[in-house]
Amino acid sequence: MSNATIVGKAAPVRFENVSKRFGRDVVAVDNINLNVEAGKLVTLLGPSGCGKTTTLRMIAGLEMASDGRILIGDRDVTTLPATDRDVSMVFQSYALFPHMSVLENVSYGLTFSGFSKAETRARALAGLDLVGLKGFDSRLPSELSGGQQQRVAVARALVLEPQVLLFDEPLSNLDAKLRRQVREDIRAIQQDLGLTVVYVTHDQEEALAVSDEIVVMRNAAIAQIGTPRSLYDAPVDQFVADFIGEANILPCTIDSIDGDMATISIEDYRHTLPSRGLAAGPAKLAVRPSRLVIGADRGFTAKVAKATYVGVRMEYTLEASFGSMFAVHEDVDSPFEVGLDVTVGFSDKGPVLLPEA
Amino acid sequence: MRNTASETSASPALIFWIIAGWVGYLALPWYGIEDGFFTFEWLIDGYPLDGDYAPAAFLIGQGDKLWLAPLVLPMLLPLLALRLKKSDPNYARLLILSGALGFAWLIAQGFGIGIRGFNFEWLKALFGDLGDRQFGMGYGALLVASAFLFLFTQGIAARGAINGDVFVVSAIGGVIVIVTVFVFFPIAKMLLAAFITEEGGYSASVFAAKFFDDRLWGLGCLWGGRCGAAWNSLFLAILVGIITTVLGLVFALVVTRSGFRYKRALRALTVLPIITPPFVIGLALILLFGLSGTVTQFFADLFGMQPTRWLYGMPGVLIAQTLAFTPIAFLVLIGVVEGVSPSMEEAAQTLRANRWQTFRTVSLPLMRPGLANAFLLGFIESMADFGNPLVLGGNFDVLSTEIFFAIVGAQYDQGRAAVLAMVLLFFTLSAFYAQRMWLGKKSYTTVSGKGDAGVHPLMPKGLAVPVFIGAGVWGLFTVVVYGMILYGSVVELWGVNNTLTLKHYVTAFSVRIEDSGIRWTGAAWDSFWTTIYIAAAAAPLTAIVGLVTAYLLTRQTFAGKNAFEFGTMLSFAIPGTVIGVSYILAFNVPPIEITGTGIILIVSFIFRNMPVGVRAGIASMSQLDKSLDESSLTLGANSWQTFRKIILPLLRPAILAALVYSFVRAMTAISAVIFLVSAEYDMATSYIIGRVENNDYGLAIAYSTTLIFVMLGAVGLLQLLVGRTRIGRRTQFTAGEKA
Repeated sequence: MSNATIVGKAAPVRFENVSKRFGRDVVAVDNINLNVEAGKLVTLLGPSGCGKTTTLRMIAGLEMASDGRILIGDRDVTTLPATDRDVSMVFQSYALFPHMSVLENVSYGLTFSGFSKAETRARALAGLDLVGLKGFDSRLPSELSGGQQQRVAVARALVLEPQVLLFDEPLSNLDAKLRRQVREDIRAIQQDLGLTVVYVTHDQEEALAVSDEIVVMRNAAIAQIGTPRSLYDAPVDQFVADFIGEANILPCTIDSIDGDMATISIEDYRHTLPSRGLAAGPAKLAVRPSRLVIGADRGFTAKVAKATYVGVRMEYTLEASFGSMFAVHEDVDSPFEVGLDVTVGFSDKGPVLLPEA
Repeated sequence: MRNTASETSASPALIFWIIAGWVGYLALPWYGIEDGFFTFEWLIDGYPLDGDYAPAAFLIGQGDKLWLAPLVLPMLLPLLALRLKKSDPNYARLLILSGALGFAWLIAQGFGIGIRGFNFEWLKALFGDLGDRQFGMGYGALLVASAFLFLFTQGIAARGAINGDVFVVSAIGGVIVIVTVFVFFPIAKMLLAAFITEEGGYSASVFAAKFFDDRLWGLGCLWGGRCGAAWNSLFLAILVGIITTVLGLVFALVVTRSGFRYKRALRALTVLPIITPPFVIGLALILLFGLSGTVTQFFADLFGMQPTRWLYGMPGVLIAQTLAFTPIAFLVLIGVVEGVSPSMEEAAQTLRANRWQTFRTVSLPLMRPGLANAFLLGFIESMADFGNPLVLGGNFDVLSTEIFFAIVGAQYDQGRAAVLAMVLLFFTLSAFYAQRMWLGKKSYTTVSGKGDAGVHPLMPKGLAVPVFIGAGVWGLFTVVVYGMILYGSVVELWGVNNTLTLKHYVTAFSVRIEDSGIRWTGAAWDSFWTTIYIAAAAAPLTAIVGLVTAYLLTRQTFAGKNAFEFGTMLSFAIPGTVIGVSYILAFNVPPIEITGTGIILIVSFIFRNMPVGVRAGIASMSQLDKSLDESSLTLGANSWQTFRKIILPLLRPAILAALVYSFVRAMTAISAVIFLVSAEYDMATSYIIGRVENNDYGLAIAYSTTLIFVMLGAVGLLQLLVGRTRIGRRTQFTAGEKA
C-alpha cells in the first residue's frame, strides 16, 4: 500500500468585512476583505500586534469572527469550529504531541477522517516521505532536531490534503541557515501540490521570497495587498515602503503633470516618473538605497557622512540639505571618502511617489 | 591580580574554623547541659571545673574522659597548613587528614562509649571495663565536629573539587552530614531496633515473629473478620489516591477548561489543607455523622432509624482523608492541566479531532504524569495520616496508629513499632520510587521553543456535566464541613445542648490582667506558645537548609548529584510516624541525646519540611538565568558572595513562601510530634488530640478553629508580602501576543 500519494485539494479563501474583537474594546482585526486564490501562497506580513495571527486563526477556526463572513471554497465556514473545517495548520511551536511517535503524530488527523488503518499508515508514510523523513517514523518528537520536528509538523498537516494549509511563523524557531532551506522546501511542496497556503510572518525577506501575494497588515487593518514586486516597487505609503525593505523618504515638489507621468524636482534635479494620481505641489518620494546613484551626471548634492564596508558592497550615509539618506554602492575597491561632496541621482525605475502625503 | 592575595595568605574561612575548633575544645562545655540548650546557668555554676559543664581540655586536665585527648592531634595539624600556599598539595592533604581523622575519632568515641561505659562487648574485652561514661554532646562537641567537617571540605576544595570552590564544597558536606545524622541515622537505628531481642541481642527470628504477625498481614476481612493493618493501610491509601486524583482533576478542569465565573474562589480551596490540622476534618465529620451528629439525628427523627456507628472505621477515615487531601491533588493538577500547551490542543482540533477526541487523545495523555503525581501524593499522605484514623478509625487498624499504640500503649513494644514502621516506610518509599521511575522514563515536556500562544479549549459537553456536578457536590460538602468546624466551636455540648456559647474559647484562651502583667490563664496557652515558639524557630532553619540545597541542585554540578537529590527529597516520603519512632529510638541515648527537648521537635520539623523549601527554591531558582551567576562570578565575586548578593535577593518570594509554609506546617503537624512531645514541650496538635481522647470535643474544636485563623493570618500576610515584592519587577508579557 505504498502507492498512496498526497494531492492538493486547493480551495480559495474569502473574507467579507470580517472583524474580530477581544472583550469589549480590543479590536484585533477591523473589517477586512481578503481574497486568497486557490493554489496560491499568500503571506500575512506585519509588525507584532497587527492582527495577522488572529486572521490566520480565524481561517483555522480557532477564533470565531465577531462580524462578517469567511468562505472556504464556496462553503460559508464563519461559525464552523476548527474540527469541521477542511484546513490544517503548522504551529509556530510545531505542537507535536510529545507522547506519540512521529508516525502516530502524522497519522493523528487521518484516524479521524474515516480512513482504514492500512490507508492511514500508507498515507502517513507517504507524507513523511514527501518531507524527507523516511525511516524516522518510530522516533519520538523529542529525539528529533528542530528542523526535523518542523518537517513532521508539515507532514502532519499535509497528509490531510486540506483545502487550505496554514503556517504560523513556521521558521521563527529555526536558525538562520536552516530558514532559507526550509522556506524553499515549503515553497516547492506548495507549488508541486498546488496547495492554497496562508502564511504568517513578520520577516519581510521571508515574505518576499516565498509569496505569490503579500498582505501587509497594520493596526488590525490591511495596508496593502500585492505581489512581492509590486509592493517593493510601488508601496502605497510610507509604512509599507519602510516595512518591505528599506526606503529613503525624500521631500520633493511635483512641478507638472503630463498624462499619468509627473515631473518632480529636488533642488535643481528633475526627474520624470508615474504620477500615481497626484496633483502638482509638494509630495513625498520613496527611494530604495540601491536605486540612489552616487556620482551621477545629474542630481542633487550631498556629502558622504559615513562609509561602511560590509563585504559585498559599500553602505553610505549621505547628508543633503533636506535630510540624510542611506545608499549602497557595488564598487568596494574605490569607495567614496567620508566628507566628499557627491552628486546623487536616481536610477531609471528607482523612486516612487507616495500617494499618501 | 586578585588571585595573588589569596595565594600567599591563609583564607579567612580556614582561620575561622581553626579558631572555632579550639574555642569548642578549650572554652565551651563539651557535654549537653541538662537544663536545655539555651540556658546559660552553667556560666555561673561551677564552670569551667564542674564535670557537667567543663570544656574538653579541662576534663582531660582533671584526668577525666581521656579518650578526648587524641583530638588534639588533628586540631594541631591545620596550624601547619596556615604557612603553606593554597596551591601546595600538602595544604590540601593536611586539611583532609586533620578533618577526616578528627571527625572519625569523634564518631568512634561517641558511639563506642555511652552512659554505661563501653557500648560494645568487644571493646570491653579489649580494654577492660572503662569505669567511666559520657552523655550526649553539647556546644563544645558540636563546634569541634563542625570545625573538623569544614576543615575537611576546605581540604577537598583545595584539591580542586568543584573548581576549588570552598563555599560549595562546604555546603554539600554540611547538607550531607546533617541529612545523614537526622534522616538516615535514625532510620537505620529503627531498622536495627526491629531485630533487638528483649535481652538486647540481635536476632532475625524476633523480626520474623513480629513481621509475620496476623495483626499485620491477616486477610480476615475477606470472610467477615478483620484484616491486618498493612492491608488496611494499603487498601485505604489506594482508594484515597484514586478518589482524590479524580476529584482534583474535576476541580482543575472546572478552573481551567470551563466558563465558570468564580474561579478565584475555587483556587482558595488550595489553601485549606495547608491551614487545617489533619484531624480537624475528622472532628467535623463526627459532628455531622457521629452518633449524636446533626445528619444522623435528622435521619433518626425522620425515618425512625437507629443511629449507627458506621462512621467509625474505614468509611469515616476514607471520607475525612478524601476531604483533607483533595485540595492537594487539585493543587498539583491545576498546574499540570494549565501546563498542557494550548497549541497541542489547537493542533488536534485543526487535525479534525473533535473536543472529546482531543481531550482523550491529547489533553489526558499529556496530563498523565500529573495524574500519577497526584495519585502518589494522595497515597503517601493517606499512608502517613495519623490524626484522622486516630479520631475516626474505631476498629479499623492502620499502620500509623498501630505504630503509635505500640509505643505509647500498654504493650510498649519498640520492636513491633519498628517493624510496623518498616512496612509503612516500604509502602511509601515504593510509591516515591515508582513516581520517580514513572516520570523519569517518558519525556512529556512540550517539545517547543517560544510562541506558545493560544487558548485552552473548553471541556467537551459530555464531560462538563458530570464534572460540574461532581465539583458542585464536593465543593458544597467541603463548605459544610468547614462551617461545622466554626459552628461546633461555639456550641455548648454538641447534639445534647445546642445553645451558643463562647465558653470553650474562654476555657482555652482566657487572659487575666493583673498588677504583675498579663496572666495567661487559659488551658491552651502553654501548648499554644510552645507551638508558636517551636514553629518560629524551625521556619528559618528549614528555609536555609532548603534553599542552600536547592542552590546546590540547580546551580552546581558535582559527582553523585542524583543520589544527593534523592537523599534530600527522601524525607518527603518518610511518614511522620516513622520519623517520630525513629527519632525516639535514635536520640534518647548519646552521642546525640535530645529526646524530651524542644530541639528534637525543631529538628524533626526541619527535616520533615525541608523538601518543601527545596522545591520552592528549585522552582524559583530555575527561573533565574544562570548567566546572572556567571556574570557575577566573572566580575570577581566568589560563589558565596554571588549567592548572597545576587540569588538571595531575587529569591525573596521563595524565601518568604518557604518560611511561612514551614511555619504553618509545623503548627499543623501531628504524626511525628505526638511521639516527641514532652510535659515541658507540649504542642497544640497533641494537646487537641488529648482533648479528643477525653471526649472534650468543644475545646478541641475551639482550639482548632483558633489555629486555623492564626495560620490563615500567616498565609494572608505572606500573600501580602510576596505580592508587594513582585510589584518591583517588570512583568514581561503584559498582554500576550494576540495578533
